[in-house]
Amino acid sequence: MLTLEKRPQPSKAWVYAAPILAVVITMIVGGAVFALLGKPPLEAIRTIFYDPIFGEFASYSRPQLLIKAGPLILIAIGLSFGFRAGIWNIGAEGQYIIGALAAAGTGLAFYPMEARWLIFPLMIIAGLAGGMLWAAIPAFLRIRFKTNEILVSLMLVYVAEAIQASMALNLLRNPDGHGFPGSRNLSQYSSSANLELISNSGIHWGVLAAVTAVVFAYFILARHRFGFDVRLAGQSPRAAGFAGVDAGRLIFICMLISGGLAGAAGMFEIAGPAGRVSIDFNVGYGFTAIIVAFLGRLHPVGILIAGLLMALTYIGGELAQLSLGLPGAAIQLFQGMLLFFLLAVDVMTSYRIRFGKTE
Amino acid sequence: MTDTLLELRGLTKAYPGVVANSDVSFTIGKGEVHALLGENGAGKSTLVKTIYGLVKPDTGSMMLNGAAYEPSEPRAARASGVAMVFQHFSLFDALNVAENIALGMENPPAMGDLAARIREVSDQYGLPLDPDRIVGDLSAGERQRVEIIRCLLQDPKLLIMDEPTSVLTPQEVDILFKTLNILRAEGTSILYISHKLEEIRTLCEHATILRHGKVVGNCDPRQTSARDMAEMMVGASLHVPEKAPHEAGEVVLSIRGLSAPAPHQFGTALKNITVDVRAGEVLGIGGVAGNGQDELVAALSGEMKTAAGMVVIDGREIGRLGPNERRAAGLCAAPEERNGHAAAPDMSLTENALMTGAVRKNLVKNGLLDWPAAKAFAEEVIKAFDVRTPGPANAARSLSGGNLQKFVIGREIMQKPRVLVINQPTWGVDAAAAASIRQAILDLAVSGTAVVCISQDLDELREISDRFAALNEGKLTPPRPAKGLTIDEIGLMLGGAHDMEVAHVDA
Repeated sequence: MLTLEKRPQPSKAWVYAAPILAVVITMIVGGAVFALLGKPPLEAIRTIFYDPIFGEFASYSRPQLLIKAGPLILIAIGLSFGFRAGIWNIGAEGQYIIGALAAAGTGLAFYPMEARWLIFPLMIIAGLAGGMLWAAIPAFLRIRFKTNEILVSLMLVYVAEAIQASMALNLLRNPDGHGFPGSRNLSQYSSSANLELISNSGIHWGVLAAVTAVVFAYFILARHRFGFDVRLAGQSPRAAGFAGVDAGRLIFICMLISGGLAGAAGMFEIAGPAGRVSIDFNVGYGFTAIIVAFLGRLHPVGILIAGLLMALTYIGGELAQLSLGLPGAAIQLFQGMLLFFLLAVDVMTSYRIRFGKTE
Repeated sequence: MTDTLLELRGLTKAYPGVVANSDVSFTIGKGEVHALLGENGAGKSTLVKTIYGLVKPDTGSMMLNGAAYEPSEPRAARASGVAMVFQHFSLFDALNVAENIALGMENPPAMGDLAARIREVSDQYGLPLDPDRIVGDLSAGERQRVEIIRCLLQDPKLLIMDEPTSVLTPQEVDILFKTLNILRAEGTSILYISHKLEEIRTLCEHATILRHGKVVGNCDPRQTSARDMAEMMVGASLHVPEKAPHEAGEVVLSIRGLSAPAPHQFGTALKNITVDVRAGEVLGIGGVAGNGQDELVAALSGEMKTAAGMVVIDGREIGRLGPNERRAAGLCAAPEERNGHAAAPDMSLTENALMTGAVRKNLVKNGLLDWPAAKAFAEEVIKAFDVRTPGPANAARSLSGGNLQKFVIGREIMQKPRVLVINQPTWGVDAAAAASIRQAILDLAVSGTAVVCISQDLDELREISDRFAALNEGKLTPPRPAKGLTIDEIGLMLGGAHDMEVAHVDA
């Protein structure tokens, strides 16, 4: 019989091995699912993980890798602070939308003025502020009325989506758009465009922001009192109270960080790859970033790697849809399995399996 | 009392990395009150769990009434007439006494019959208990009575009691002992586990002493001094903490009319607590668990804020300040629960040192953590308090309870506070370590710190306190000089047998 026995110390080796093992198991089970769908499993796995970087048309897909990984990493870094402290902001998608709308609104308010030095930074600030505002709602309700931030932040995603649709149809609609829904294209307006910094690399300002966030988060968690408080509050809330951590303040700051970074990610997206406010420009980065945060062990460097991996499954998934006719849902299933297996394998970090009879 | 009830022969039980019991043999006679003595980790729990069918021994055998006895599970043990009262109660707060007892029975009778049986048994043994009361409203002593009566209804031949007096006032202990003596007279054997030696001397006629899983001695506690028994337990001569003579100085900590509502549903409200503590003085605060100890520590440590003037240090009102501001003002605290309150179990000792040492040891500069300094502080505590660990990078939960307690208390003492507030400083700590912790507290007091020591261990308080006060339902009695205070007087200060007297009226 199998029994789980708690390790005296969390295993260092398993902390690193678990994500890798989870990826391998996902490939095996995913391959089996693809085989059941009547697709060649090895080819499907290769199409998802190998072709986007080294395949025949890699020069097209490689820049996409950073374009997709940028927002995922930026949002996941923000979420990781709250998740470490036991604060569950599930509504990054909504904060992303509101940040994008605030930034787009700010940029379009100046249209067609030419003042990139002023407008672009203002849009970044508006994106941050919009995301923070949207995250402040569940934070305030949690602190003041002890509501559950998981539910409130999640439900606010749907509110944000409704606002987004309304904006695309009314306030931000392109006056020259012949009545079609959607705003002017921000990536074609020189004062607001978030363009590629190096041609055909995929690197735009958002990618730089994501890398900066990784470095900054690493420093805060390792060296700053705030990072220590976050970890302490997550592991032992009572000990944190005894150590002098103000729980309400911590909840507020963590929610603002995650909301702000999600909003900023929305800004970089709306001014660049997405380009315009439409009724459904959001593609689920806010939700996928939750998987990225956990797959990266809530560690900044891990999140960097996990963000790239998850971006790969997005791009590889699209390729597989085109070339093999894999259904889109199969790719989402694949991404979900990754988190599922990670959580399962994660048990090994704190427990070991013993074979044999129990007492 | 010559007849043997239970005989243990060469019981051995090994766990990975530790031999909990090694070749343990002894006998319990019929109608004998047999004490099982030993420090934490000596193997007492494993041994009684073996007798109660919770643990299967690797080798060795047991004989009950001359027949082989191999209980595969507690139900089998109960069927053979072995009953056990655990240290931690397994009762449902929302149910009444009779319902709780019915839940533990194989074939519970109708509720009316059971209630009558409970009344009958409780009268017979002097343990008054109303079967219709809700368990959530009962005191710790009354809850224990529920557990005992649950056992007595099975008509046991052997009753195992694990640390039964840790939650009782001295008067309640007297009542319990009368009950146990009635049982003894009826021929029931009792295996009594405790580390309170004076109790064992009054109650038991035979003692088996365990150390590191082995039987290291037998004695008649009535003929043996407590000190001799303690030394047999520890295996070395014991150091009795001593306080260098000195005068108490000026008032450092003033608690003035401290009142606070209960922080949660099962908490206790603090009611108008007023007391001064002087430099160099140890104020001992006794009380049965759940009478406001945790709340008082929280109100002093800063985890619970009060009106500013309710807590005053050196003339400065600090009632509204948080824990770190109070540390800066000179107040350090150590709560009772080590795991998850005084220490974060999954964090390293270095991180745990940083947890409360940041302010006074200057381990954070401009918001940045000084890891080398934190590590040095952790090493300092480990060295000064003889904490057994491979190093400060180890997680707190890898330490044994006693070692972690030494670390937690040491961490506060090494910060040289003006005021030290500690709750249960030697709870779950072996005798030698307890003595060294008490000595460190006394040395700190001699150096001019005002110490507030809250404890349920009255012997400990009598050993280290200059003045003694008792917490009872959130109220603090006026402090009295500890010297010359008898255990009876202390018992009355603790609230005596308040719940028992009420119960006697129905009986």
